[in-house]
Amino acid sequence: MIRDHFRILTVNLDTGKGKIVAVDGRDTEVGGSGLAALLFNKYGHADKPWDDPEQPLIFTIGPLTGYFPLMSKTVCGFKSPYHDQYGESHAGGRSALSLRFADLDGLVITGKAGTPSYLSIGSRHLEVKDVHYMWGVDLQRSGKMLRKMIGGAGHRSIFRIGPAGENLSAYACITVDTYRHFGRLGGGAVMGSKNLKAIAIQGDGAFHLPEGKEYAELFEEVHNQLTTTDMMDKYHNLGTPVNVAVLNALKALPIRNLQQTTDPDIKGISGETFADDALLRNTACAGCPVGCIHIGFVREKFMEPNQYLYRQVSYDHEPIFATGSMLGITNGFKVLSIIDVVEKMGLDVMSAGVALAWATEALEKGLISEKETLVPLTFGEAENYKEAILHLGNGANDFYRLLGQGTMKAAKQYGGEDFACVLGQEMAGYATGEVFFASQALGFRHSHLDSGGYSFDQKNEDKNVKEAVDFLVKDEQGRVFLTSMVSCLFAREVYKDELLAECLNSLGYTTLADNMDLVAQHIQKLRWRLRLATGFDPAAVKIPKRLTEVTTWKGKIDTKFLNNLKKEYAKRIVELGEEEKEDIKS
Amino acid sequence: MKTMKILTTPRMERCIGCHACSLACARLVNKRLSWNTAGIRIISSGGLSTGFEAKPCLACNPAPCALACPTGAFVQRKGGGVIVKRKLCIQCGDCAEACPVDAIYLDATGEPFVCIHCGQCVPYCPHDCLEMAEVVVEPSTEKEAEEVAP
Repeated sequence: MIRDHFRILTVNLDTGKGKIVAVDGRDTEVGGSGLAALLFNKYGHADKPWDDPEQPLIFTIGPLTGYFPLMSKTVCGFKSPYHDQYGESHAGGRSALSLRFADLDGLVITGKAGTPSYLSIGSRHLEVKDVHYMWGVDLQRSGKMLRKMIGGAGHRSIFRIGPAGENLSAYACITVDTYRHFGRLGGGAVMGSKNLKAIAIQGDGAFHLPEGKEYAELFEEVHNQLTTTDMMDKYHNLGTPVNVAVLNALKALPIRNLQQTTDPDIKGISGETFADDALLRNTACAGCPVGCIHIGFVREKFMEPNQYLYRQVSYDHEPIFATGSMLGITNGFKVLSIIDVVEKMGLDVMSAGVALAWATEALEKGLISEKETLVPLTFGEAENYKEAILHLGNGANDFYRLLGQGTMKAAKQYGGEDFACVLGQEMAGYATGEVFFASQALGFRHSHLDSGGYSFDQKNEDKNVKEAVDFLVKDEQGRVFLTSMVSCLFAREVYKDELLAECLNSLGYTTLADNMDLVAQHIQKLRWRLRLATGFDPAAVKIPKRLTEVTTWKGKIDTKFLNNLKKEYAKRIVELGEEEKEDIKS
Repeated sequence: MKTMKILTTPRMERCIGCHACSLACARLVNKRLSWNTAGIRIISSGGLSTGFEAKPCLACNPAPCALACPTGAFVQRKGGGVIVKRKLCIQCGDCAEACPVDAIYLDATGEPFVCIHCGQCVPYCPHDCLEMAEVVVEPSTEKEAEEVAP
């Protein structure tokens, strides 16, 4: 192991100065999700609002980051502007390896810069620099500017925000290295509230590896499993967009604000169609030989005669669902052109798409007018949506500013709560049934990746509440350990407990390898305790009517089953948040 | 006719930027965890939207880095490139300065890292971007190599 404690860099933007802090807890909070919660408890304030300058913005990696393939993600922890509670968002790109090679297990940013600034760090430097001229500049242009200003191409990671983050939208994202995102729960607004346009991390350090052959041999074994078996085929081949056609066939794809769950026209935005017509190439997070990032293109005629420009746009299942099926757009290139505008503005694509789907239906029903929407939002009309996304990112009027705080907040003012597709936050692209709906509505990150509820829906016909909730709690526990390593969750079929223990042992984390179950339980409880302490009331969670009107391959949603799931899961979450009795507590 | 193998990067258009090659070199050849202390390094060519470039040793013969090295730590390798004798290195950095393609990395202490054309990185590339190519060793080169070797 590099060290038996955490090496944390804290940076105070008020002063522009940093401090290296040694924090104990490697065998109990591990890294990633566990470490982010530990650091929030140390530096955060449960009782102060999310935009108080004293609140920390936290980035953490784990004990296996960089040492093994697909240990390539970073956890971002912060008090979220979406619900003013503690939240997490995860991203890859080069973020994790850059932090590892900058010799940091975690980065904690507090305070507020006097002027719009960027923070640049590395293993041997720290600088907070004024970039007031970059405020208001879109993400693509600011990316180009930053790349020229900051050295180390290829071995650095640049996090940045767009106008949505500057305007404090509650679902502004932090874009990482152009194609990846700390997407959900508004980390971009936290950076915006701190006057922080960008963070650049130079991965310029090098470390000695364990003596002997064990580590290198184990690395090769893991690498081979990931590249020569079919375990990762889905991600390398069509990527996550393979789900579009699968879910459409299952009657489980949210379409036109979830008024439908299947439509033959969805073929136009299937993973297969994207691969055939729009796929330029794959790319990868640093440290991952799978390469699941799929890059398509947008080609625009900007002038006669025949004058075109093009841009490259990454696509996945979730952006396709949010800006495609949910908005009734069934042409792949139109979907890419909408994603492109979302990228410029720095919005979370899922929330932006679902919010506009609600606004379209609210406009249809006469709850709002074009006075609010500024453009005639109509399902299937891509150009209007592109314009609306600019309004949303820029906070063009009261309506868009409120919609940028969350769909349900707008629905509470304008009406239409019944058809606001919100499960904790704007829903993800799986209308698989009751277990998924309960899972996202109550899940820690309100993410489809908190636990495999969508999978449970597909594998189980019986409606056993206890069995389903046991699954959600147990599955979350396994995933929280992985996100403390920090593994990409796409590798969850490879990194089973036995292999994780081998990996940890090979680096000298023997105590951790012996206590994985207890540690996973501890981190799960630690996170829930923090979430509850910052105001989460699982019993108060509501699932909007639209979600209960869905018909999947199983038939109509069973409202009674859904309510019982919600009730039981809420009860279990409260229990998870109770003080721990075991000695594992640090 | 004697041949030697050198590392080439003929299919970099396929590169996905996973850095598996650099990490493998650092891990297996230099026994380090890093993407810098490696004989092959990957950079994005002007942002991720324009793809990736490798910074490998081009196996020059004669190698400017070996000619520049004042202590014999870098010596000409048969078939191109250099043999590195770390114990002879005084961390002056002249090798890195002499390299026309920035293929030599100097760490914080000034220790140089360069490709030794061993090929251990090649199997780790998931898209077959890299290849060991055979080159004919000229007799005169063999003689030179024998003369400069300590």
